[in-house]
Amino acid sequence: MQKQPAIITQGLTRCFDEITAVDHLDLEIYPGEVLGFIGHNGAGKTTTVRLLNGVLTPTSGKAQVLGLDPSVDGALLRQRTGVLTETPSVDERLTGYENLSIFGALYNVPAADLDRRVADLLELFQLSERAGDRVSEYSKGMKQKLALARAMIHQPELLFLDEPTSGLDPVITRQVHTLIQDLSKNGDHTVFLCTHNLAEAQRLCDRVAVLENGKMVALGSPAALAQELWKGVHLEFETAYDALPGALRTLETLPDVYDVIQGEGQPVISLSLTYREQVPGMVARLVEAGVPLYRLTPKDPTLEDIYFALHENKPEVNR
Amino acid sequence: MNWRAIRAIIRRDMLAVTRSKGVLLPLIIVPMLFMIILPGAFGYFTPIINQLPGGNMSEIELFLNQLPPAMLAQFEGYSFDQMMIVFMLVYMLAPLFLIIPLMVASVVAADSFAGEKERKTLEALIYTPTTDLELFTAKVLSALIPAVSVSLVGFLLYALTANIAAWPTMGRVFFPNTAWVILVLWVAPGTAATGLGATVMVSSKVNSFQEANQIAGVIVLPILALVVAQITGVMYFSNLLTFLLGLFFWTGGSVLLYLGARTFRRSEILARG
Ligand SMILES: Nc1ncnc2c1ncn2[C@@H]1O[C@H](COP(=O)(O)OP(=O)(O)O)[C@@H](O)[C@H]1O
Ligand SMILES: [Mg+2]
Repeated sequence: MQKQPAIITQGLTRCFDEITAVDHLDLEIYPGEVLGFIGHNGAGKTTTVRLLNGVLTPTSGKAQVLGLDPSVDGALLRQRTGVLTETPSVDERLTGYENLSIFGALYNVPAADLDRRVADLLELFQLSERAGDRVSEYSKGMKQKLALARAMIHQPELLFLDEPTSGLDPVITRQVHTLIQDLSKNGDHTVFLCTHNLAEAQRLCDRVAVLENGKMVALGSPAALAQELWKGVHLEFETAYDALPGALRTLETLPDVYDVIQGEGQPVISLSLTYREQVPGMVARLVEAGVPLYRLTPKDPTLEDIYFALHENKPEVNR
Repeated sequence: MNWRAIRAIIRRDMLAVTRSKGVLLPLIIVPMLFMIILPGAFGYFTPIINQLPGGNMSEIELFLNQLPPAMLAQFEGYSFDQMMIVFMLVYMLAPLFLIIPLMVASVVAADSFAGEKERKTLEALIYTPTTDLELFTAKVLSALIPAVSVSLVGFLLYALTANIAAWPTMGRVFFPNTAWVILVLWVAPGTAATGLGATVMVSSKVNSFQEANQIAGVIVLPILALVVAQITGVMYFSNLLTFLLGLFFWTGGSVLLYLGARTFRRSEILARG
């Protein structure tokens, strides 16, 4: 990735009265990348999106987005970015079709292409049949899909998605995830994905930035962050059926073993350990107890592990 | 200025207005009342009421006699009934006509400025590649265009109703006079600008259509003052006075719109939360 970054921020800061919503953010995001911007409510995600689109001015520091300064060339920049806002903010009194075609004009989509583009997006988001209905009659998921279609009406190079799946049912969430994956796969769409859903970030993102009270506390690929931050390990081992009770009893006596789960239909147990170094000791105790170990497999840490490793000893952080 | 984008926003706001009963109903009922029912009733029934036994003619005559001499000069050659009709339809209702552009502009503006905040649709507009000035211009026009159109249509209906209803008494087309033409083409848009500017200012402080509409409603007070001044004979709608009135509203409207434009900056709107 030696390309010119799509987004660079240097000491980007925004205060509201006493609150520092975004605090000296230094970030580089590359074209084609899906960056997960994760943090709990109030961490500063939405404020960052606003700053990067030139709709809010920074208190200090600067940003360069697609080679432009958002606070100087905001209008020019917004022609090339698409934003899915936190609340879908679609026009309830208008039809789905009208919502898209009006925003197409606002985003300078050539009039000759507009109808085609609207039809394609309605098709892609499975809204064609309801295109002529008022949006007030749409379900929450349909509104969200319409908002996403609207954010893409002008084929932006850089897409900001502010909690795109919060409050959606699993089926629609799946659809939205597939769309995001397709976007990043075909071509050099850069996606800035704000979320507090760690599984979502892990599934979709090349890198994640963890934000806490406006400050970035970690940045990297989920795997790299795990290596760096998480000292524990998830394991799964296979034994014999008649050895299961003994194995479980032994594990109960070990203080650093947690999340012990017996697999269904198989003599398999999964568990977690606070430190990697404890693995040999645990294996020794199992063998001593006469538990046969046919297979021992480490499992990948999740973003959740990283997140809680970051927030250890910080019980005030709400999930 | 990106006029295609401005047109798109105007179209959107107008579609939104026509699809909301709460916004559309006052825009239909109030003009109907002022532009058809009032002139129709006054024009038709005035002579009949005058003829009723106990109708106190001498008091009305006294009242008419204390009107400004310049105004009385307009009544040369009219019978008493005709005088009454001309007084009511040409002079007394003139300031009430201004309620139409004022109300239409401020109801639509309350919907498009404060109502949009309430519906949370402003944020999507804020992220479009429009400039602050383009957004503001579009929103101002989407209130001004219906205000001026409804006034024009209302005026035509008024002229038609007044002449027809009063035909039995007047026997000629007596409406409009020059002052009314000035009123419709010059004062009404100025009044609309004032109502609009006031509503924009109020909308930057409140968060709902209802609130904005109610507070901005105070702006009808100067118009009611005009009605009173006209009835009590303190002033009358001469051509000059009508022109000056327009100048007054245009000045007030321009100042309010200028101040409103300063409150309508994306970064300020989002910073207010
Ligand atoms: N317009 C505003 N006025 C005052 N405080 C604000 C405003 N916008 C955001 N904040 C505050 O800034 C912090 C970050 O908010 P936000 O960026 O919305 O967080 P997130 O999107 O991560 O939930 C919060 O404490 C929030 O209350
Ligand atoms: Mg947010």
